[in-house]
Amino acid sequence: MTAPIVLLLAALLLLALTLLRRKSPAVLRSIEAYERLNRAIGLSVEGGTRLHISIGRGNLYTARGGSALAGLAMLRRLTERTSLSDQPPIVTSGDASLAILSQDTLQSGYRAARAEDQFRLTNGRLTGLTPFAFAAGTLPVIRDEGVSANVIIGELGAEAALLADAAESKNADLIAASDNLPAQSVLYAASQAPLIGEELFAAGAYLGAGASHEASLQTQDILRWLVILAILGGAVLKFLGVSF
Amino acid sequence: MMRVLTAALAIASGIIVLLGYFLRQVFPLFEQLRLLLTDWAVVIAAAAVLVGILNLVTVQMDKLRARQPGGLYGALMVFALVVTFGLGLVFGTDHTFLRAAMDAVIAPVEASLLAILAVTLVYASIRLLRRRTDLMSVIFLVAMLLFLIAAMPKPFGPLPLVDQLILDLTSLLSTAGARGLLIGVALGTLLTGLRVLFGMDRPYGGN
Repeated sequence: MTAPIVLLLAALLLLALTLLRRKSPAVLRSIEAYERLNRAIGLSVEGGTRLHISIGRGNLYTARGGSALAGLAMLRRLTERTSLSDQPPIVTSGDASLAILSQDTLQSGYRAARAEDQFRLTNGRLTGLTPFAFAAGTLPVIRDEGVSANVIIGELGAEAALLADAAESKNADLIAASDNLPAQSVLYAASQAPLIGEELFAAGAYLGAGASHEASLQTQDILRWLVILAILGGAVLKFLGVSF
Repeated sequence: MMRVLTAALAIASGIIVLLGYFLRQVFPLFEQLRLLLTDWAVVIAAAAVLVGILNLVTVQMDKLRARQPGGLYGALMVFALVVTFGLGLVFGTDHTFLRAAMDAVIAPVEASLLAILAVTLVYASIRLLRRRTDLMSVIFLVAMLLFLIAAMPKPFGPLPLVDQLILDLTSLLSTAGARGLLIGVALGTLLTGLRVLFGMDRPYGGN
């Protein structure tokens, strides 16, 4: 019974806060990784270099699909913002459905920016279907395609370290986040500005994707506080010997 | 028109799957519809793999045509793909050759990458404090070192009390941290799903 209640509460909060945020945009706290990303987008457009966006290998038919969808939302916004660049961004993924959706998202991003002629189907790539095949297929993109910044957001494993190392060896910016715990610890050690936990899902809001993304972030905050209160309340009740 | 139709279909499918999940006892029809839609999704996913492989081949052939670095490796990969795909179709996936390809090529290559990964991780840990000198990085490194000391075999044998104390302590802290991170990720996933369900995000090109 708890799940439908949480779902309903989240849905209501999201809708209400989206309406509210349309009238007054939210003030977001500073996250270094997203500041670097915004800087990297500007530098890439001005310098005629390329952005590499990797949205991981999250299967949309599993619970890992959430990070993949968040990556696609971020991709859409990044495509619009880099549509003026001479070098269109390259998107890599390790899941076939995700690769097709990334191509579709690239196309809609260019269409929204009225630059559809920039779209190339081969800029959305499937680089491998297993973790290491994905990493091995993505490494040449980081090394050989004139990439100045790498945005790696999605479901990854420890193989993320290979991608981070390749980015570092090319002196390219790295903004990376994953919903997977081993990948998070690896990226914490390997990237200059790590994104922790749910910060992955804040990409849209920090890239100016609109009121719904800001509302989503606020709803997350509210729900997190409710979870904290529930945990603390449960601990106190247990301490007092109240069983439930 | 197409955009509205794709959005309507996606939203309707999402709602039916959710209703099928939550109301399967009350309305069995939703459960049947959920299973049907999931079956369709699996078939589409299988077809997507073929489309994805075609994309992989196109990218590698483009590389070869444009004489980009690594183009030759791309051609080799396409050749291997065609051979294994063809043999798989003719003889089935249990054929000796296909098993040998897996055991003699894929497994050793992945094992080698795993070995490189181990070195990369050690190197990243060593460079962590050069990259970021803050309290959290120090705690991260100290916790990692303590865990390694407690977990790895020692020439003089395990230190019964010390090792267990370190493992219990790091396990307690890391489990708490992991739960916190996973709760955050779960909330993020929930909200991302709801945005797609309400048509606020349309990753299927209708936005």
